[in-house]
This record gives sequence, C-alpha cells and structure tokens, in this order.
Amino acid sequence: MEKNQRIREHPILDFERGKRVRFQFEGQWLEGYENESIAAALFASGVKIFGRSKRFNHPTGWFCGIGKCSSCLMRVNGIPNVRTCITPVKEGMRVAIQGKKGALPDEPDIAVAKKEEHAQVLIIGGGPAGLETGITSTRLGLNTLIIDENPIPGGQLIKQTHKFFGSKKEYAGLRGFEIARIMLEGLRKCGGRYLTETSAIGYYGKDGKHKFLAVKKREGDYQLLEITADNMVVTSGASENYLPFPGNYLPGIYGAGGVQTLMNVYGVKPGNKALIVGTGNVGLIVGYQLLQAGVKVKALIETMPRVGGYLVHASKLARLGVPILSGHTIKEAKGEQYVNGATIIAVDENKQPIEGTELELDVDLILIAVGLSASTRIISQTGCEKMFVSELGDWIPIHNANMEITIDGIYVAGDGSGIAEASTAMLEGRIAGAAIAEKESYNPEEAKRIKEEAFSELSKLRESSFLKAVTAGKRRCQQKWDEVKSREK
Amino acid sequence: MKNEPREIGYLTYDVLKKKIGLPSRERLAKGPVAIIECTEDIPCDPCVEACKLGAISKASLTTPPDIDYEKCTGCGSCVDLCPGLAIFVIKMNYEEEKALVSIPYEMLPVPKRGERVDALDRSGKKIGAGEIVKVTRGKGATFVVSIAIGKDLAMEARSIQMQGK
Repeated sequence: MEKNQRIREHPILDFERGKRVRFQFEGQWLEGYENESIAAALFASGVKIFGRSKRFNHPTGWFCGIGKCSSCLMRVNGIPNVRTCITPVKEGMRVAIQGKKGALPDEPDIAVAKKEEHAQVLIIGGGPAGLETGITSTRLGLNTLIIDENPIPGGQLIKQTHKFFGSKKEYAGLRGFEIARIMLEGLRKCGGRYLTETSAIGYYGKDGKHKFLAVKKREGDYQLLEITADNMVVTSGASENYLPFPGNYLPGIYGAGGVQTLMNVYGVKPGNKALIVGTGNVGLIVGYQLLQAGVKVKALIETMPRVGGYLVHASKLARLGVPILSGHTIKEAKGEQYVNGATIIAVDENKQPIEGTELELDVDLILIAVGLSASTRIISQTGCEKMFVSELGDWIPIHNANMEITIDGIYVAGDGSGIAEASTAMLEGRIAGAAIAEKESYNPEEAKRIKEEAFSELSKLRESSFLKAVTAGKRRCQQKWDEVKSREK
Repeated sequence: MKNEPREIGYLTYDVLKKKIGLPSRERLAKGPVAIIECTEDIPCDPCVEACKLGAISKASLTTPPDIDYEKCTGCGSCVDLCPGLAIFVIKMNYEEEKALVSIPYEMLPVPKRGERVDALDRSGKKIGAGEIVKVTRGKGATFVVSIAIGKDLAMEARSIQMQGK
C-alpha cells in the first residue's frame, strides 16, 4: 500500500488539517495532523496492522472505526486499551500494539480530578437524536447536558457527505456534516452544554435518582464526573454488524461506516480497490463516497435477490459503471498480512452458494455493510427491560411512544432504540426532549404541541415501505411496555 | 435473466415510461423539461419545495413525486436539490441534430465546458460521446453538467465519463 493515503482533492469536501505533529509508533517516529485520530494518522502513514489474534497470531486491523468494537485498542503513553479510532493524536505521543496478554498501565496512579455535575436532562450521545433532545429540552427551559465520547461533536452526522432525504424540518436536502453544524449552532445558541471526549462508564442510580459516572479526557489528565440527573436520555447509536467468512480478520476488511469516518472526516483513503458486501443504504452510500474519494469500487454484492437500499442510491453507482450483483455473497478474503483479493459466489434462492460460480476480485479493501446493531450496553446498566424485536433483528430497550423506557425518567432515542435512519432519530430525540419538559412542567403546552407535531411527522415518515419493519417493531415495543407497566401496578 | 430494477440496481427506460410517464414527443419538442427518475416511496420532499412553479407535487411525504410536464419549464432548480440525484433535464430542441441533457454530477475531475466526454446510460454502459456545453454549481454543491448529444440518446444518457478512462 502506498504510504501517503491522504485525499488532496474531493468534489464535496475541503479538508482543513491541523498542525503537523510527530508521534511514535512501535518506537518509530511518524507524522500526523493535530486533531485527527491516532488510527487515521497511522493509516495515513501506511500502518494497517493494529494487533494480532491472541489465538492464531494472525494480523488484525481496526473494524468499526467509531469507538464501539475494540479492535483498534492500543497502548498509548503507557495506558492500555485506548480506542485509537476516537483518540486524537498529539505531539510526542507513544503508541504501541498491545501484547497478547493484558498489561497494567506504566504508572500505577493516573491523576484524576473529580467534579460533581447536575443536569435536569443528561443525554448520553451527541448524534442527531441526542442533539435534537438537547435543543428541544433546553429551548423549553430545562438544564441540559450532552456527553459524548468522540472528539468531534455531532455523532455520525459529521461523516455523511450525501444530502439527506426527509422533510425540511429534519434538514432534508442538506448534507449530514452541514446538519451537524446547524444543530450544534442551535444548541450553542440556546445554551445547551455538550462535553466531547467524555465516556459514560457506569450507572449508579438509586431510589429513583439517576446518577452516572463519566470520564472526561483532558490535556494531560482525566476528570471523573459524577453526574446526577433528574432525567436521562440514552442516544448511544449503533455499530456495524460483522460477517463470518474465511479471512474476515485481515486488515483491509472494515465496517462501511468506519471507512466513512476515515475518508470523509480525516481525509484518508481507506484503500484503492474495494468490494462492498451489502446493498442497504449504508453500503450504497459508502460505495458512492469511495468513488468521490478516488477509490475504485469493483462491485457491491447482496445475498438477497434484490438491492436493499433506495433505488436512487443504487442508480448513482450503476450509471457510473459499478456492478451491483444481487444474489451473491463473499466466499473468502485472500491475503497474508492484508487483503489482496476476494472470492465471491452466487447463491441460490435458499441463500446457498452455487459451486462453480466463483469470481475472483482484485481488491485491497472489503467493506462490510450488512446492517447495524443498536448499542445498548450503556442503557442495559440501568437494569431496564429489553426485548428481541424480530422485525428489527435486534434487542432493544422496551420503550413507549414518549421514548421512555421501563424505568421512570430514563428515555431512549435514535438507533439505540431500534435501527432506523436520521430523520427518525431526530424526531424521536425531539419527542423525548418535549416529553420530559411536559412532565417537568416546563412550558408544558408548548412541549405538548412540539411532541404531537413530531408524532404526526413520524407517522408520515413511517408510511414508507422502507420503514415498515421499524413501524411494526416499535408498535410491539409499545405493547410490551404497556404489559410491563400493568404488571407493575 | 434479471431485469427488475431492484435486481439490477437501476431503472430501465421501459419501467420509467410505465411507472412515471415520460413527456410526450410534442412536449419535448417545445423545450426543456425535467424528468424525475424516482419511483419508490422514499420519505423525502425537497423537490416539491425546489420548484417555484408548483410543477412538482407529492400526495404525501412518502409517495413518489408527480411532475406536471406542462407547468415545468426545465429550469433545473430541482436538479441540484434532489438528495437522490435522480432528476435530469432534457432539452430535445437544443439543435437540429442534438439534444441537451443536464445531469447532476459529484465526481472529480470537475468537467469543463467544451470537453468531449463519453455518455453512459443508466447501467454505466458507454453509449456515445458528447460535448459539455455548461457546468453549474448551485447551493447544494452538486455540479450540474449539460452535454450535447445525439437526440436518439437523450432518454438514455444519464452519466458521463472523461474520455480515455
């Protein structure tokens, strides 16, 4: 792989890179730009191997690229288990691959300053759902705090370079990163607070009082935040699903969403010749964005007989000559150190591979876009009841139409409450924010009006056949919530 | 043989004609007109907002857009605002032999006026060549590239490719 994978020209984006910084990787000095992630700086310098399998000793790379999957963990300045995909690189930083066995930090004591915080509404996760909750509840008069573990605010909106669908109220027609900018400005104007690089680590609620511990990374040390909150909204998003196939561990195989961050936020090319597995909207959008970043897309494959996402997204790729092969799956990834090829194969109506239909593809990049799973680890700490929603293929916290879970004062919104899309996330966030204001009697009439309007917009959105599964799943979820509540009485 | 749009990933002329109804020969002869190649129930409506003449309507947020070819003047203001990049403008009466096709385009290098490019159909197949007559960039940051091309290709040409690539 070429050493310099920096994107210099892009049809939509201008990359504003920070100051050049020097950092050490495995004792060797490399260069990066201030404010980019360690993982992006490493990748731009040609480093693809981020670790080794504990059992088989084969090389592994990063996968999700958005701080969820743990495959990018490294030892940074003597501290183990640092998520390099969401940690900014700094001058003089020492980065090393972790050994097979865990090792404690170099320094036994790491300075931790403590601070107590209180919020009427604590929001965990600052993507489209969290931002909308924050804006809505702050405007209605509540004291709101958003915490998010990423260094750049805005969740996954910041890497979306395509124009959003939906209606004008949910910023349709604007590109995701522009929407993030507008929402953050809206939050700033109404005085909502947003802490970046702040990880929620544990729920310690008792007797109907909610308390979360969080750690904020600061220049040189950490701050432990003890946040008490009257209400909590968990908008923790989702992570990319993985797919089992021979060779799937090889560096060069990444979650499609992670690659978006790498190329659209940090301006680093993920590879040169790509295969995309999955043709939902994520796969289709990322395929198009790879072309914009100057990456060749050899094919998109889909196990189902039909494309999963919107035809307009697929058409954008098709008319540029990218083959979209429905009824195909990946048989294996090839390579020793990195991916250097893939074998794909046609499947029959029972999704079984048809021998003799193998096709070899010359690729150095395989992107997995086979759906997302709701990130529910944080909300599970509260002891909430969850249910498996077959329509969504996922475990989600049981919640009602107000987005309140089975524990009073705790809400959920966005992909963390069941995978849908950005407009849904914003509307659910708005509903949660307004429902809290209504309950707490902050501008209750206005809050009710906002909530009702969001309900009606959400139901208009859900008339789409693309959201049929979400609608059915959410309905069952509400029924289950009613059941749990009547049992409690 | 796969030929359903969702099996192959793109619309074909026949499906379009059936599903959305294309402008008549007479309408095409009168001047430029937009063609909205959007057939699914995507919750989306910026095209309705974009048209100041009220030529585009939607029965609900999720129904495919309906365009009144008589009201449409082919001004192209919807082309760069459609999130699906699914709107094209055809000016069949551009020249004696040639039609002008305006295409939303977001790739590098940015096409330049006067350049000769290959024209690709909806499947990405090269079907001919044309000259770039105009390149504009609206507030949506999408380039709208207009190419002069043989009239027989106007209903098929939906993308471009730099020659020699």
